[in-house]
Amino acid sequence: MNPFVFADCTTESGALAQLSQNAKDGIVVKAGGVDLLDRMKEGLESPTKLVNIRNISSLRGIRETPEGLHIGPLTTLAEISEHPLIQSQYTIFSDACGNAATPHIRNMATLGGNLLQENRCWYFRSKDYQCLRKGKEICFAFGGLNQYHSIMDYGSCPAVAPSSAAVGLLGLNATVELTSAKRGKRVVGIKELYVLPEANPTKFNVVEPDELLTAVMIPKPAAGTRSAYQKYGEKQSFDWAIADAGVVLEMDGNTCRRAVVTMGAASPVVRRSPQAEAALAGKPITEETARAAGKASMEGAQPLSMNAYKVQMFPVAIYRTVLLAAGQMGRDPRAAG
Amino acid sequence: MATTKLPSSADALLGAAADAAKPPAGMETVTMPYGVPGYTLHDVQRQVPTTEPPVLPVNADLEYIGKSPKRWDAHAKVSGSGRYTADIQLPGMLYAKFVSSNVPHAKVVSIDTSAAEKVPGVKGVFVIENLLGGARLLNPSLEVSKYPIVRYAGQPIAAVAATQPHIAEEAALLVKVQYDAKPFVVDMEMARQSDAPPVFPGPANQGGSAGGGGGARNVPQTGNIHGPAVHKRGDVEQGFKDADFIVESKYTTQVQVHNALETHGVVADWKPDLLTVWASTQGTASVREELASFFKLPKSQVRVITEFMGGGFGAKFGPGNPGVVAAALSKQTGAPVRLMLDRKEEQLSVGNRPSSDQTLKIGAKKDGTLTAIQLISFGTAGCGTGAGCAGPATNLYQSASLHTEENDVFINAGPAAAFRAPGHPQGAFALEQTIDELAEKLNMQPLEFRDKIDTNPVRRVERQIVRESALWKSRNPVPNADRGPIKRGVGLSQSVWYRHIVMDSAAEVRVHRDGSVEVLSAVQDIGTGIKTVMAQILAEQFGVPPQQVSVKIGDTNYPVGPNSGGSVTTASLTPAVRDAAWQAAQKFLVSVAPALGTTPDDLVLTKGEVHSKSGHMQPISFRRAAAKMDTSEVSAQARRIPDYDPKHYDTYGGVDVAEIEVDTEMGIIHVKQFFAVHDCGRPMNPSQVINQINGGLIQGTSFALYENRLIDPTYGLMVNANLDLYKIAGARDIPKLHVQLVESYIAQSSTDASGIGEAAGIISAAAAIGNAFYNATGVRIRSTPMTPSVVLETLSKAPQRSNA
Ligand SMILES: Cc1cc2nc3c(=O)[nH]c(=O)nc-3n(C[C@H](O)[C@H](O)[C@H](O)COP(=O)(O)OP(=O)(O)OC[C@H]3O[C@@H](n4cnc5c(N)ncnc54)[C@H](O)[C@@H]3O)c2cc1C
Repeated sequence: MNPFVFADCTTESGALAQLSQNAKDGIVVKAGGVDLLDRMKEGLESPTKLVNIRNISSLRGIRETPEGLHIGPLTTLAEISEHPLIQSQYTIFSDACGNAATPHIRNMATLGGNLLQENRCWYFRSKDYQCLRKGKEICFAFGGLNQYHSIMDYGSCPAVAPSSAAVGLLGLNATVELTSAKRGKRVVGIKELYVLPEANPTKFNVVEPDELLTAVMIPKPAAGTRSAYQKYGEKQSFDWAIADAGVVLEMDGNTCRRAVVTMGAASPVVRRSPQAEAALAGKPITEETARAAGKASMEGAQPLSMNAYKVQMFPVAIYRTVLLAAGQMGRDPRAAG
Repeated sequence: MATTKLPSSADALLGAAADAAKPPAGMETVTMPYGVPGYTLHDVQRQVPTTEPPVLPVNADLEYIGKSPKRWDAHAKVSGSGRYTADIQLPGMLYAKFVSSNVPHAKVVSIDTSAAEKVPGVKGVFVIENLLGGARLLNPSLEVSKYPIVRYAGQPIAAVAATQPHIAEEAALLVKVQYDAKPFVVDMEMARQSDAPPVFPGPANQGGSAGGGGGARNVPQTGNIHGPAVHKRGDVEQGFKDADFIVESKYTTQVQVHNALETHGVVADWKPDLLTVWASTQGTASVREELASFFKLPKSQVRVITEFMGGGFGAKFGPGNPGVVAAALSKQTGAPVRLMLDRKEEQLSVGNRPSSDQTLKIGAKKDGTLTAIQLISFGTAGCGTGAGCAGPATNLYQSASLHTEENDVFINAGPAAAFRAPGHPQGAFALEQTIDELAEKLNMQPLEFRDKIDTNPVRRVERQIVRESALWKSRNPVPNADRGPIKRGVGLSQSVWYRHIVMDSAAEVRVHRDGSVEVLSAVQDIGTGIKTVMAQILAEQFGVPPQQVSVKIGDTNYPVGPNSGGSVTTASLTPAVRDAAWQAAQKFLVSVAPALGTTPDDLVLTKGEVHSKSGHMQPISFRRAAAKMDTSEVSAQARRIPDYDPKHYDTYGGVDVAEIEVDTEMGIIHVKQFFAVHDCGRPMNPSQVINQINGGLIQGTSFALYENRLIDPTYGLMVNANLDLYKIAGARDIPKLHVQLVESYIAQSSTDASGIGEAAGIISAAAAIGNAFYNATGVRIRSTPMTPSVVLETLSKAPQRSNA
């Protein structure tokens, strides 16, 4: 590990100034540090300067606004999952944050860091593999060990989207605010936050080196909205999702007016399933329609050599989560979190 | 019995046997408890040396032994004051870091350490020329190389010592190793092919470690296949002809890595007249022995200290490469050197449980009698040996014939090491499921069938307890009875482990004039709680509470202790401790008798009081009597004497029942609970014994469902050498554990203690889960870890049953 400068910032402007000082590589933002320190220890990241934003109190907290919610990026996953308003009206989001990782990680991990963490492909995460995502030619996962990798929409790199929070936020049509000292603020949607490997294999998100993610905004859900998220892993504790699903239902009595179905560990960036949504829209929520939605979600799935089992798991995760959102089934005691 | 005229010499023998009732000089006949209280308890006679302490009654009649006082060092552990190896700080201490290979198979052409040496703060670089671990070529001239051949990615090549850990890390990256890469194979199936790249160019052997492990030596070797090691009893061909039913199937298990919470590591301090090594080891004796021999030092000039250690599970015997390299660097730099492995090094280079691929065939007659057991197994211990797994098939059941062939398959991966009940979790996974499968064919229930073929009297009691348990009674004997997607199943497995005794087990007990008592032994506490048990023994002898006993262990300055492998520690050491305590107490009485105005043989020390047999004086407390000692300290040292009746061989074991739920849509197995019934001789401290069984069941569950060392076949590197993708059961994955201990007296020593660490659930957990899976789904699951991928695949191959 190379020596580096540790710049401990307490204000947003101070941190932005640090980031704009030198646009060269090597200045890196540290929030909770859960993801970043792992990468530094493996030697994947050797910053010259760490800009610690963890102590910027103005970037932490949950605020209700006329439009919905405004959440500071330093709010921890634990804080989000315990927030009564989020639990009752934005359930998909509190569930997603509350079932990510482990209790001790959730106490440390920030929302911003969770959204911007890099993928967990074991080839990418090892300094011994110079892969596509590190600007080289090869993806090792296609011909290698790929049991936890993507089953759809993967293009040139099948690493899966790691962020549970994003699965919740995509379901709620959230946006994030990015701020740079030089260029000011811009707002991008959750989907637009992420970069597909085809577009640029070495970039995971659109955040520029001199930008900070300064807020997450969630519009107020329409009346009659119910939502839920569930995550399934090999283990129930201390594990990553192998299949996770978010469901938002806008209900008119028994009929689902509009549905949003989001999926995490299926593809390199968090995705919605238009097929599953179509299978629910305009229909009553029943075991039958929920199962049909689950089944529809796998249209176009192309599992790799070792992960066909995920094609069996996702439909079940979606069907159970649809029923959970609709209040027709309890939380699955065997789901992870 | 046939009456045959005996030849005269035999007459003489018979005469001798008749005389045997009268013990030879120095021996006496004692009456001891034998069997299971409430079931089979009775008296037996044993001839024991007259120097032995009085026979201990059963636990119910004792004050401290057989009870569960709190862990003697609990406070030190939870408060952080207990010193583990990584806590050792010595003045001027350097931090060392390995340089490890990142290729799986290569000849090292050159090693350039110059850049590393120039880094400010670097004090020494050591290049390994004599690597420990793994198998060795019988004919070393087949490979001519200055440096050890790299046979696995992660093999240590050199090490750097620097004033700060990060300097050592940085400098280690600057050591340039030039490799001449060789073809490699990391997949066992591929390694078995005749055209696979050879891991060794000729026959290679590996010795075992103090904890077992290591495979058969000098067996045939073809390509990467080292074996078979063949064992036969009777004629299996005939056995299968005699069978009415035969079950044959293939089972596979994965490589499991020990991953003790504390990684391997040492602090070595080389001084001209003494090498002192703090080591995370399960054998202070083995570390001393091997360091002395490696560096050609007299053992008296090597001292090994292990005050606290964070687990070993069989992988921490001897100094290993970390110990040797740290000592060499300390010698070279003249400063103490700490070398603690990181988690990746731990996963790659210091041992694992070999995989298995077993074809097991068992034949039985209609009445259940077993006619033949045949096991052909392959397994990989990486570039070492020790993948045999025939223990359960050989030792659990009576069969008219037995044939086992165990093969080690070399691959380019780190060598295995003994791992908690070597071979047994693998072997039991196949055996116990096959026994259940056979029971079904015979139309017998699992317990009924085992009653027929298992003659062990203690397990018979254990099965009775299981039979009467609420959990077993709740089992639906009809498989796949639940209609919904979540199916409940209950299944059981038995386990067997063996009585090993280490004679190099000694202790010293000291009594001081202030009434304090202490016990000393070089034994280390691998985590089982031997300190507490030693304190309990002194407490029983002197009548002082265990917390007031000073226990000093984990230092080779004290009398030699056993290496903790093979479940030997409590069984081997406690009789020596009790003998020493008893002898010290006798010396104590000699020392106080004059001041008490009587003779030593008029005095007895019992329940913390000194009594006069003749009524010469009122009883006085031990502490007040101690004040009258005619010297400031008396002490006695005792060593383990052989078992009282070594010809009488008992095994240990248990019967474990798992309750699981299978989510058949998701492929997720949720283990709800275990009911585990186990024996281990006299439980010296029942709660610590239960601790071991809890741990074994958790580790066994983790093996059954999650853990798996994954090596990328194309590049030969482990992809999950961490603790987030090498998956170990976490809090919510751990079932409810309910353990019932069976006291089983075997009349073998002054404490009659036995071992538990290995019999403790690790052997049977996966097999019990497998049998529960069948009970739940009607389908056999034949490979571990039982991940969703494996479960869904298994269920998809099952004949479709109507579930509506
Ligand atoms: C065993 C295990 C299981 C896990 N399981 C899950 C899971 O199920 N679901 C899940 O979602 N996660 C999971 N995680 C990941 C964990 O949640 C993330 O690592 C964590 O949320 C990262 O947050 P952080 O604040 O520590 O980020 P950091 O490590 O501080 O930052 C992560 C990245 O984001 C950048 N960054 C952070 N904040 C900002 C900002 N405001 N502006 C610009 N850039 C920023 C940093 O530069 C860095 O590159 C798991 C982790 C482990 C170890």
